[in-house]
Amino acid sequence: MNTAKLTSVKDRAKVALNDQFLRNAVRFTTEKLRSGRKTASQDQGNWEEWRERGRQIRLHTIAHLDYYLAQFIENARAQGTHIHFASTSEEAVEIAMKIAEAKQAKSVVKSKSMVSEEIHLNQALESAGIEAVETDLGEYIIQLAGETPSHIIIPAIHKNKQQVAELFSKEAGQQLPADTTILAGFARAKLREKFLEADIGMTGCNFAIAETGSITLFSNEGNARMVSTVPKTQITMMGMERIIPTLDDLEVMATLLPRSATGQKLTVYMSIITGPRRSQDSDGPEEMHIIILDNGRSLQLGDPEFQELLNCIRCGACLNACPVYRHIGGHSYGKVYSGPIGAVLTPALNGNVAEWDDIANASTLCGACWEACPVKIPLHDMLVYLRRKKADQGYTAASERAAFKGFRYVMSNHKRYRLSMKMGAIGQTPLVSNGVISAKVGPLKGWTSHRYAPSLAKQSFRDSWRALDLDVQSELREMDPDIQAKMNQIVESRRKGGRTHG
Amino acid sequence: MKVSLFVTCLVDGIYPHVGEAMARLLARHGVKLEFPEVQTCCGQPAFNSGYWEDARGAAITLLDAFEDSDFVISPSGSCVGMIHHNYEKLFEQDDALLGRAKKLVDKTYEFTQFLVQVLGLKDLGAYFPHKVTYHPSCHGTRLLGVKNEPLELLTHVRGLELVPLPSGEDCCGFGGTFAVKMSDISGAMVEEKAQHVMETEAEVLVGLDMGCLMNIGGHLHFKGKPLRVMHLVELLYEGVKAKA
Repeated sequence: MNTAKLTSVKDRAKVALNDQFLRNAVRFTTEKLRSGRKTASQDQGNWEEWRERGRQIRLHTIAHLDYYLAQFIENARAQGTHIHFASTSEEAVEIAMKIAEAKQAKSVVKSKSMVSEEIHLNQALESAGIEAVETDLGEYIIQLAGETPSHIIIPAIHKNKQQVAELFSKEAGQQLPADTTILAGFARAKLREKFLEADIGMTGCNFAIAETGSITLFSNEGNARMVSTVPKTQITMMGMERIIPTLDDLEVMATLLPRSATGQKLTVYMSIITGPRRSQDSDGPEEMHIIILDNGRSLQLGDPEFQELLNCIRCGACLNACPVYRHIGGHSYGKVYSGPIGAVLTPALNGNVAEWDDIANASTLCGACWEACPVKIPLHDMLVYLRRKKADQGYTAASERAAFKGFRYVMSNHKRYRLSMKMGAIGQTPLVSNGVISAKVGPLKGWTSHRYAPSLAKQSFRDSWRALDLDVQSELREMDPDIQAKMNQIVESRRKGGRTHG
Repeated sequence: MKVSLFVTCLVDGIYPHVGEAMARLLARHGVKLEFPEVQTCCGQPAFNSGYWEDARGAAITLLDAFEDSDFVISPSGSCVGMIHHNYEKLFEQDDALLGRAKKLVDKTYEFTQFLVQVLGLKDLGAYFPHKVTYHPSCHGTRLLGVKNEPLELLTHVRGLELVPLPSGEDCCGFGGTFAVKMSDISGAMVEEKAQHVMETEAEVLVGLDMGCLMNIGGHLHFKGKPLRVMHLVELLYEGVKAKA
């Protein structure tokens, strides 16, 4: 079912939760990917140091993004690459369409670019009568299905073999079996024709290297090489934050990215492309364009809470680690970027907490995304900042605001707190049976539809403390002098200003 | 030496026996807990929902309660994680409160951290002849870094068979208000967690946070599964009493 028209994450998630095919497919692949990541990072060794190195490179680059962007552009232009800037997705589409028009292009082959999904380029190409063909297997599948990606690196993660066989059979005009080799073989043969016919090859960009003006592509299927060598014109789309300073930094990124994404030590192909074809080159495009896209990215610059969002290297590890994503899949997030990174990126890029922040509620703040992230982006904290922005700007429900006002009234004073617990213990009586509450009433319903709620104790801890304290006194033993000394030492060093803990 | 108990609102109101077990267990090692009653809640429900002003209203009661304590001990990785991970951010606009918050961070310990790191105790002499599985709660492990302490304590309990929980590090789906706001997703998550717990064939599920245990235990009992769910401090106290 197409969930794009449903307006809340809750409604979209409900559709996904009722789709057992989708849940099985997503669970199967994310399990494989995250256990692959664990093994690959353990095999690599010193993983925390690698992550910290990656984080520092990204922090440094983003802090000096103006400098490195300028350096990249200068070096890329020196190699003969045409550089374009787009501040919005509309501008990026316009630039790409102008190039296509100038080349009188009839067909375009593409290799995975989340940016081209972000700006909805395929729709624009189609309406201009230009055939756009996605050549990554996953992208090809969702293009045939008329869907959007549901994962940053595995766009068709929500589809199983049978569903792919159906889609391909329709395209082939004959029934194909649900056999991976046969299905991949069909796509390969079909796409080969497209590569040879295409006027333009479009790619994304994993990293742009400032010191050389090169772009790099990590891929597994080899199609990115076809896209960037066969057609006469190449257009590369990149977010303005894709920069790294040097080739040495690429070594760190090449260590982090494949391991985090798929658990591979290296992807099957890693291309470093510096400018269009030179006279002595055996292949490559005659003309090369790079479109550098802002589209809300620069809004994060200088924002202490969100700037680190630009450190993301789009590996998808946070999606694979996320227990919420596993159950609801990518389309529940409502936009092209999904999972924990999407839940933060979508509202941040749109500068629009009111409309898109509801996806920030689809998280338990468990921190699995942060732990998996190869550059340690604190997504779990950013989700809270988004919620705070929404509350501060008055976009939350009046009932919720009243509830937290009540929370504050009760919790800011221990006497009121104690009294409300006492009243609760009495008031709950009609609902409690065998010590639990199972009634599906009022605000309890969400909880009791899936589990029993506990009842308040007859006597709270604070009400039993006086008697307990007396009783415990009689059980108190002598403290081990070594422990006593250690505790004194901790207190002493704290007094001297040392931070002993925390 | 003043060692104070930060009992947490959940243990205070719903699971007072967890606080009791902690006071009794520590007394056996010469630690006399005291309980400043001006404390209420760490403020996490409001903080995580984005209502920081309301969160501060609650959090200040902890700054007041533990002003002159030397150590603050709590039976919750999540509430202690809230103090350690978020209080400096919560109070960053006010220097006086920030200073007090930093002091609180420095002296606040989750219960197993205090036992293992401060008291240096791993073997309490407990005896608990049951098959047990342990759910490592997200905030305790990820925000606070409490990973080995509970396992060290559990592996020293005599008679106890510790069975690893498959995908143990996955969140149980509690997430505070998440369980109510996103109840369908939360329900799917706790169902998966409970399935993993049942796969272990353990008799007892143990953890460090009553929020998660209330969620998993509530689901297990809702489904009619007769598993015993307890906080690690209860298990240890029951174990040392059995030994004695």
